[in-house]
This record gives sequence, C-alpha cells and structure tokens, in this order.
Amino acid sequence: MLRSYINKIKHHFEKGGRFEKLQTTFEAFETFLYVPNKVTIKGAHIRDSIDMKRAMAIVVLALMPALIFGMWNVGYQHFLAIGEYKSVWENFVFGFVHVFPIVVVVYVSGLATEFIFAQIRGHEVNEGFLVTGMLIPLIVPVAIPLWMVAVATIFAVIIGKEVFGGTGMNILNPALTARAFLFFAYPSEMSGVNVWIEGLKEGRNIIDGFSGETILAQAASGNTAYVNGIGEQYTTGDMFLGFIPGSIGETSTLAILIGAAILLYTGIGSWRIMLSVFAGGLFMGLVLNLFAVNPFMEIPAWQHLLIGGFAFGAVFMATDPVTAAQTIKGKYIYGFLIGLLAILIRVLNPAYPEGVMLAILLMNVFAPLIDHYVVAANIKKRLRRAIPGS
Amino acid sequence: MSEVIKIRKGLDIKIKGEAEKIFMRAEPSELYAVKPVDFHNLIPKLTVRTGDKVRAGTPLFFDKNHPDVLLTSPVSGTVDAINRGERRHILEIIIKADPVVEYESFITGDPARMDAGEIKKNLLESGLWPVIRQRPYDIIANPEDIPKAIFISAFNTAPLAPDYDFVVKGCEADFQIGIDALAGLTAGRVYLNINDEYPASQVFTMARNVQINRFRGPHPAGNVGVQIHNIDPINKGEIVWYVAPQDVITIGRLFEKGIYDASKVVALTGSEVIRPRYYKITGGSSIKNMVNNNVSESNNRYISGDVLTGRKIPSDGYIGYYDSQVTVIPEGDHYEFIGWARPGFRKYSVSRSFWSWLMPDRQYRIDTNIKGGERAFVMTGEYERVFPMDIYPVHLIKAILVKDIDLMEKLGIYEVAPEDFALCEFVCTSKINVQSIIREGLDYMIKEM
Repeated sequence: MLRSYINKIKHHFEKGGRFEKLQTTFEAFETFLYVPNKVTIKGAHIRDSIDMKRAMAIVVLALMPALIFGMWNVGYQHFLAIGEYKSVWENFVFGFVHVFPIVVVVYVSGLATEFIFAQIRGHEVNEGFLVTGMLIPLIVPVAIPLWMVAVATIFAVIIGKEVFGGTGMNILNPALTARAFLFFAYPSEMSGVNVWIEGLKEGRNIIDGFSGETILAQAASGNTAYVNGIGEQYTTGDMFLGFIPGSIGETSTLAILIGAAILLYTGIGSWRIMLSVFAGGLFMGLVLNLFAVNPFMEIPAWQHLLIGGFAFGAVFMATDPVTAAQTIKGKYIYGFLIGLLAILIRVLNPAYPEGVMLAILLMNVFAPLIDHYVVAANIKKRLRRAIPGS
Repeated sequence: MSEVIKIRKGLDIKIKGEAEKIFMRAEPSELYAVKPVDFHNLIPKLTVRTGDKVRAGTPLFFDKNHPDVLLTSPVSGTVDAINRGERRHILEIIIKADPVVEYESFITGDPARMDAGEIKKNLLESGLWPVIRQRPYDIIANPEDIPKAIFISAFNTAPLAPDYDFVVKGCEADFQIGIDALAGLTAGRVYLNINDEYPASQVFTMARNVQINRFRGPHPAGNVGVQIHNIDPINKGEIVWYVAPQDVITIGRLFEKGIYDASKVVALTGSEVIRPRYYKITGGSSIKNMVNNNVSESNNRYISGDVLTGRKIPSDGYIGYYDSQVTVIPEGDHYEFIGWARPGFRKYSVSRSFWSWLMPDRQYRIDTNIKGGERAFVMTGEYERVFPMDIYPVHLIKAILVKDIDLMEKLGIYEVAPEDFALCEFVCTSKINVQSIIREGLDYMIKEM
C-alpha cells in the first residue's frame, strides 16, 4: 500500500517533475523505506547483502548500550548530587528527558545540513551522518546548552565533512570535530566541575560541598584517591561499570565493550585499530610509570584505559574507516600512536584534562601519511622484484 | 613434488545450485554463435556473409589489429544471421548447423617435434589461437610475442564452477599433446596448477613437460592471476600466457586429428536449475535445449560463466567462447520494505551483520538485486580480506580513477585482471563496480603504451 503510494508520487520528483529539485531528498526517504529494485547491470551478478545503511545501522546499534547506560547515569549522578535515592527506572527517565533533546537537536540540525548539501550537489544522501549524529550526544557533557550542540553539529558537517567533498573524503572525524569546536569555542561549557552533572550549574538543592569533578580532573590535580561528589571512594568496579561523572556516553567501559563486541563480531569495526589503541595506551602508561615524578604519572597504566574517554575513543572514534589509516599495517601504527599520544597528552599537558580527542584528531591528519609509507614499501618491493639477482 | 601454496584470503560464496557429477544429454542445438564481444579489445572484420556455407574451422572473422588472429566456426552449416548492436557493432555470428559436421583439415603431427612457427601457424589457421590469453591486460595473446611462461589452472574455484577433474576425464592423450604444443611457444616453463584439497585427475597429475604446482584455499585460488602472482609474478615488460584445461585438450585434438573439434563439457548450475548437471556440447551452442523444462518458473537471469564474472545472456542465448559453465539465478527486481533493518535470516553476507550467521552451513538462493545504493569508499579492509595478492586493491583502483599511469604501474596493474577483483566487487558495502574500473584501467594502459 505504502509502496503503491510511493510509486504514485515518484514521478513528481523525477526529472521534469513538479518537485524535481527535491529528488535526492525523496530518494533518501524512499530508500530508507524500501531497498530499491535495482539489479546488477555490469560486473558481478550477485552482491553481498550488506550496504551502507546496514553497516551504519549496526554502528548505531553498537552505540545503544553506551547511550542507554549514559541516560541512566545522568539521572544517577543528578540524584546523587541532590542527595536523593531513586530507582533505576527513575534515574533513567530523568536522564532520558535530558539526553534525548540533545540527540534530537543533533539529528535535526545535522541531517538538515546534509540534505541541503546533497540537494545542491545532486548526490544521494549518505548514511554516515546517522552514526555521527549518535556519536555527538555521547561525547558532550549533559549540561551543554542545546543551541551550542546545534551550532557544533552544523560546523562539523560543513567544515569537518562537506568542504572535503562529503562522506568518504573527509580527513577529520566529524563527531570529534564537533567536540573540538565546542571545546575551544565554549571551554567553560565543556570542562570544569559543574558541567558533567545535570543541575550543578543552577545549583538548586545540591548537597553542601558536593563536587562534580571527574576522576581525570582529580588525577590531574594529583589527587589519586578518587572520590565521588560526596566523598566516597570510587572502586575499580565503579570506573569499569561507569558510575562516574563524564561525557554522556563515555563513562561505562562495560557498555562500550559491549558495543565493541558488536562491531567486531559483525566485522564492521577494525579489531586491529581497537587493539592497537589499547596497546599504545597501556604502553605509554607503563613508560610514564617508569619515569613517574608526580601522582598522575604514577597511576597504574591499566587504569588509564578505564577513565576519561579512552575506551570510547578507541572503540568508536579511532575506528571510523574514513578517517583512519586504510592499510593493514597502517592501522596498527595509527592505532598504537593514538593510544600512546592520548595518554601522553592526558598526563603531561597542563592545559587539557583529556588527550583522547586531540590524539585521534592528530592521527586523523597523519593517517594518509602512514598509508603513504606503507604503500611506498609495497611499491619498492615490486620494483626490486623486477631487477634479477637482487 | 613442489610444495603446496596456501591461499589464505578469499571467499567461497555459499550459493545454491552446484552441478551433480552426472552427464546429461541435451538435444544438440540447432544454432551456434561466435560472439566478438567475448574477445576484449578485438575489432572483428567479417570474412563471411549471411547465407555462406561454412565448415567447422572455416574463418568467420579476424582481428583488425592482428589479421592473422582468426575466429572459425565451431560447426558446419550456414551463416544464419549476423546480429549487430549499437553503432553496428557485431554482437553474434549465428550458424545454423548441418546434421553431420564437416571439418576443415589442418596439419597433424607431434607438436614436440615442431618448431614454434609451425605450431603457431596451425593454431592461428584453425582459429584456436584465441584460446591463448595473456597477462598483462587480459586479452588474446599476441602471436608475435614470446611469453616468459604459460600457465594452466587445472581447477576452478569460482562459485558453482565445474569440476575440471571430472570434465577432463579420459582426455590424457589430447591434454598431453596440447601441453607439448604450448611448451613449444614459450622460452620458459609451462606451469600446471592443481588443487591440493582433493586428489586431482590423472590427466593433470601424470602430465609431462610441465611444472606442477599445488594450491590450497578459497576462491580465487583457482584464478590464474593469483597463481601467476605466487609463482612467477609479472614485472613491467613481461608477458605471461594462460590457457584453460579444456582448451588445452582442444589444441591436442587439433594436432592429433587435424580438425577443429569444438566439443566441450559445460556445467549447468544455479539455484533456479531443477537438475544441475554436466552437459557435453559443442562450443558456441545455444543453451535453449539445456534449460528447457529444467529451470524454475520465476523471472530468471541466465549467465554464461559464473555469477561473479559471467555475461548475461537470454534464455535462448549462446555459451561464451571461454565459458564452461552456465548459471541461472533469480532476478532481484523487487522492492524490500526497510530491508536494511530486517534480521535477514536468509540474507547472505560475509559480514555478520545479518542473523544468517546463525546458520553457517546454509546455502543461499542469491538474486541479482544490488541490495543497496552506490556510495563513496567508506569501509576499509573489506577488499583486502578477499584479495590474495600483495597489491593494495583500493589504492590501485584510486590510481585508475585518476588515470595516473605511473602509479598504476607501481601498484601492480600488470598483474591483475577484472576477474581478480570480482570478489571485491561482491563484498563491497559501497556497491562500487570494481571490475569495470579495472577493465578501464587496463584499456587505458593498452591505449597509452
């Protein structure tokens, strides 16, 4: 029924139709609803069932544990701050009410920009933004004003992606571009002690002396005892499960690992990159331990992997296939350097409490160079083969 | 015995419809065709007209650029039609067969005692030369070249491909003569590559005058390109020839009997074939009698060749010159409601993004739907998993797209043919037509060199 309706209105959007200009928009909705009836004309007669929509849907699915946990944690942290005990469900509902608007604003502003560009360029709307749009809400603090989210998203789509020619051509990860934009344009909304927990900024009903400091901020100030807002000690379990303040989706290493399992099992995420990011982080942590001169440098290397945005960056950001290295050897180098730089920046730089974002953006820029050298080695090997006796 | 070469990357697509190893008899076809489109880069110049009488081995057309390269009729009869396409391109020369085949006669003799010139002359005149193809460029071999080696892949790993061990049964003598003829054409060796996964036919294992290599692994282990890459890779300026096993036998019969005997075995395969079996036919035969009452009622696609590299033909079309397989699969010209979000228990995918991974042993009825829209390159590492050469496939493709000859050369374009990229095209999430990009790259090289 729906199909026949679509067929009926389709001609309006085709060349010469009334809404010819909206053709890509129509097509985006049509292919969202129905896999097209197009058959192979040249080349292989059969094709794998996977397409970009499916691949992106899997990534969004993999982000769901972090999103759902993040919503719960927003409520949990809030009620902790006002000293009330609530049920799991109430925590979640509170978080949902505060996180869902961010998700909606990101999708609406981002997709609108995408559709406009697709229209202007006359190409199909790419599915990449479905993932970007789910990533952005998960890497911002819950207290962020919605208009900032919208501005950052539009900035990321235009400057992070479209100026390079659209999906597949961009150099920087768009979601991290959005975060970096917010971080440098509105630092007071992206760092400090009051942004991570909903309600702290307004300060109503907050328990006296409650602090919303993240573990990373505590570590950076040399206080590695790690306590929560009311002075209770965090356990390793709290850090792993994510009962800590932080960006919406980054706190629970467990939820992130569930997502990682989905990405790896379906074959959509690169295990090489994930593994080497963790290896690089662990390596740098150990090196810092060896030369430790302050408490931050002394914290166990494995602990670095649980706190801040490290795990989230390793699983969902570093693995973005467009901005990562593309060769197999390149992926190992790229991932390892991200892990290494993330911890290096985190511990040794006095200005930013978190290094993962900058490490990934920096390696995004260097990824083509890494690939260049990997491919150059292959070329050299081929040329040597042509000279007998060498 | 040489060591076994293991191919680790690749993919055996789990598609339904493998042919059972039984020979079927189909009513011999009335019509036969030679199709110039089967020979890439060949510009046909006709030597017959509609109504002309021909015998098996009578020239039908030659290549404008190499006038000594002839294509001859596989049967005796009358030229029934010359079908042309756009801009009068010749598509098919149709021959209506006589009830009894009359042959042109050619030289007989032991090719091991002939010189290269005599062997070449016999192959060219009989119209058998085009069975020899070359890398680089994947075109008919140039008779003026002397290749550094000749490769014969004695097994085919393509989806539902015929089992050559079964196909060549009993042809020991002709196969050996064919090899002796080929050995006379190269300064180097003739390599015969057999499948190590099961005992190969004696026709192959007992062959003399060749170096036998053993391969193991999924498709495209049987592709000659992969074998060349592993045994004796092609560098700039080098030429390697290759011939399919059944064509080696045809060459053998030419030197043994002095005739162009185009009989061959083809496998009728695919999910829509009711009884997928092997058929003994004559090359160029119409598939009409094979598929008649033997395929499902649905809207089907008929392919001469395999599902990855074959050519679409009508249900009464003709088998391609190089093909030893006909595949029939369903057309996929239907819409699917939110297909990308469905669990997909019946959808085959290399990725485990559909629930079909729960049933690893299932064989699938795969249709021709593209299953998505074409996109820019996004996913990485997909091609590498199914491309067993030490070549960076995506980088090579991008070099072709920007027409950078120097870079194409450096990245290994001389070693590849479209068929080597067929699996990349199959797995591509972005639905990019990789094979035609490679073909364009090769054509561009031919033009510029």
